[in-house]
Amino acid sequence: MNTVLWVIVPYLSIVVFVGGLIWRHRYDKFGWTTRSSQLYESAVLRWGSPLFHFGVLLVLIGHVVGLLVPKSWTEAVGISEHSYHLMAVFLGTVAGMCTLIGMAILIARRRLVGPVFAATTRNDKAMYVVLGSVIVLGLLATVRANALGDGYDYRETVSPWFRSLFYLSPDPEVMAEVPLGFQLHVLAAFVLFAFWPFTRLVHAFSAPVGYLTRPYVVYRSRDPHPGLRAPRPGWDTIPSSGRRTAAR
Amino acid sequence: MRVMAQMAMVMNLDKCIGCHTCSVTCKQAWTNRSGVEYVWFNNVETRPGQGYPRTYQDQATWQGGWVRTRRGRLKPRSGGRIKRLLSIFANPKLPSIRDYYEPWTYEYEHLLTAPAGEHTPVARPRSLISGRDMTITWSANWDDSLAGGNETAAGDPILARVSERVRQEYAKAFMFFLPRICEHCLNPSCAAACPSGAIYKRAEDGIVLVDQDRCRGWRMCVTGCPYKKIYFNHRTGKAEKCTFCFPRVEIGIPTVCSETCVGRLRYIGLMLYDADAVARAAAVENETDLYEAQRSVFLDPHDPAVVAEAQRSGIPEDWIAAAQRSPIWDLIMRYEVALPLHPEYRTMPMVWYIPPLSPVVDVLRDTGHDAEDAGNLFGAVDALRIPVEYLAQLFTAGDTAPVTAVLRRLAAMRAYQRRINLGEPPDESIAASVGMTGEQIQDMYRLLAIAKYDERYVIPAAHAETAQGLEELATGCSLDYEGGPGMGGTGPFGESSGRYAPIAVENFRALADRQRGETFVDPADPSRARINLLNWDGKGRPAGLFPPRPPSPRRPEESPGNPPKESPGSPEEKASGSPEEKQ
Ligand code: SF4
Ligand code: SF4
Repeated sequence: MNTVLWVIVPYLSIVVFVGGLIWRHRYDKFGWTTRSSQLYESAVLRWGSPLFHFGVLLVLIGHVVGLLVPKSWTEAVGISEHSYHLMAVFLGTVAGMCTLIGMAILIARRRLVGPVFAATTRNDKAMYVVLGSVIVLGLLATVRANALGDGYDYRETVSPWFRSLFYLSPDPEVMAEVPLGFQLHVLAAFVLFAFWPFTRLVHAFSAPVGYLTRPYVVYRSRDPHPGLRAPRPGWDTIPSSGRRTAAR
Repeated sequence: MRVMAQMAMVMNLDKCIGCHTCSVTCKQAWTNRSGVEYVWFNNVETRPGQGYPRTYQDQATWQGGWVRTRRGRLKPRSGGRIKRLLSIFANPKLPSIRDYYEPWTYEYEHLLTAPAGEHTPVARPRSLISGRDMTITWSANWDDSLAGGNETAAGDPILARVSERVRQEYAKAFMFFLPRICEHCLNPSCAAACPSGAIYKRAEDGIVLVDQDRCRGWRMCVTGCPYKKIYFNHRTGKAEKCTFCFPRVEIGIPTVCSETCVGRLRYIGLMLYDADAVARAAAVENETDLYEAQRSVFLDPHDPAVVAEAQRSGIPEDWIAAAQRSPIWDLIMRYEVALPLHPEYRTMPMVWYIPPLSPVVDVLRDTGHDAEDAGNLFGAVDALRIPVEYLAQLFTAGDTAPVTAVLRRLAAMRAYQRRINLGEPPDESIAASVGMTGEQIQDMYRLLAIAKYDERYVIPAAHAETAQGLEELATGCSLDYEGGPGMGGTGPFGESSGRYAPIAVENFRALADRQRGETFVDPADPSRARINLLNWDGKGRPAGLFPPRPPSPRRPEESPGNPPKESPGSPEEKASGSPEEKQ
């Protein structure tokens, strides 16, 4: 059972995630978009969307640090477990709440604004359920561990296990000991990853960082598709030997 | 000097009767799909009026175009790269559907299903956005021909900028129509605003396009374009814009909007320009200098040095020859009668306008003066500050001198030609008073009044030396083909996802031949007899328009009396077939 939950499910999910992204990128570049509904409604979106997205970005950073950076490293630079924990819980809760509130606003808007609801697909709804449960479960686990007990140091258990997935020597046993709240959050996350490539969430992978460095105006040559010009007889001279011909 | 070629357009506003044929045919060709119901790549707006979308010219609100920074550089008015990225989750300056209009259809079904009753059933308007009943309160040309009167016209941001006196008298004083398409700018701020780099300017002909595969729906371009000529397809979640009908232009025939213009007021041709000079010219300090600055980047295609440089940059010979024959060059540079629309946006627009003289003529005629007399016309151009100031706000960032000069030149042509018409000896002093010769005036008259198809549209075909398939092409940017993303339909990931299918492009060659041909289409020639109404150019009597009635009630295609459906070497079969099949 442990192996199924903490080895097979994660690997399956990762394979579907990566494979799905590649496949979607090749099959459906045209469908790869945010599918923004701002044209229909802007006033609520202006609050909900930045709240959610910036919250999620913070949460992402928190997870990267918490899961990928080994505890020994942060301790080596002089951050004690206690201060790390305080910081993580504080920032994590704030970011998590931002995300949650943002998402609540967005979902309410989606349901209540007629045109936006009309443009919502079933796929979107399923995605909201999965994404919502991951966020809620994560927040619940954190809040419960810190409000009822005196915190849970997932960096001793979840993080090493998560890293071990990438060393290809997964260690399911440690996960068995982890509190149920965290277990559920992790499992839900892997479900989300497997679903990710097939939802509008793919737009996260087109975060336009290249914009910061590229020149403002982009020039491109005409597609080298076969032209609409009537074919020339072979003996006819080509009128120019410029870059246009050279490119073909 | 880096020579580049730009496909450009000039519209002669004196001839626009506001019939919207260009808008309608463009819509049929490009945006006759769900998700873009409100999208008009070509729209015709009444001036004074609010324009489409409403008050788009008010850049203090909509933040389109470029601004000059204190250091003399340009940056998008809506903010530089970092600011754009930070506002990516909710674009603060995106016009909402209400700034355009809520598209609608009518419940025609009700007309058929309503039970018999005392009153005639009506088809009520139903929103295409929410699907509910709605009240129509605005549309793309709601204020057409000053409908709504002063109340609507008062919302005109241009009117707000001219003086109080002008504002009060304006709507009474005159009205004209302004057809607008994407400007295919030399310095496009839509492209600059796109975080994904999906909007690009084609190096060969300067046409600005949106790569549908790269667009991720960030909607920054909508804000970036000061002319609001980028639209967001609310179904596919991608930006769309006027394509300058590139599949047509590539084979040397004019855009749909030009082709169908009943006033024949559009001109298309090439301009050579110095790409290295654009950034500096767009950043000149005074807004009123932008008109001259843009003229200064154009290169004289008759200058041997320019020709040599153009050849070095790989511009083909036939393109250079086309640039030399370009009506655009003549109108902008030789006769100096065309002006750019809102040069103060600093995008270096490439669809220019000949401002209308008709308001001046109308006032003269209405007051009982001889509206063809040079002295009267010149006097009126100088005295009628209202039209001139308004036009200057549109075309020269408020500087009235170039507008006055253009109107005087048009007036001179009018007076000069009148004498010729009446058989009087031409009066060279009229020409001289606007710095032209009689011969130049006559050349200009010919271009403005009687130029034939081939003179109005000088479009060299694109070069693709490896043309193999003429009929089936994957153009990568076209959207509307049967069953494709443009035609609605829901793919696995929501509206319009899925893979491209190649588009069956009309064989435009055949159409071009016919448009240029001076002979009538012969209905007896089976390979050319079928005429498509959309393509029918008005030549010949429409006898061949309908196939002969089939002897049996079979479908016309199958009847033996008709031309064979697939006859090799008759591309027109395809051309005329496709629009009908789409219905
Ligand atoms: S007018 Fe056309 S090219 Fe210019 S900024 Fe707008 S969309 Fe871009
Ligand atoms: S050039 Fe083509 S796409 Fe652009 S406005 Fe004209 S008809 Fe429409």
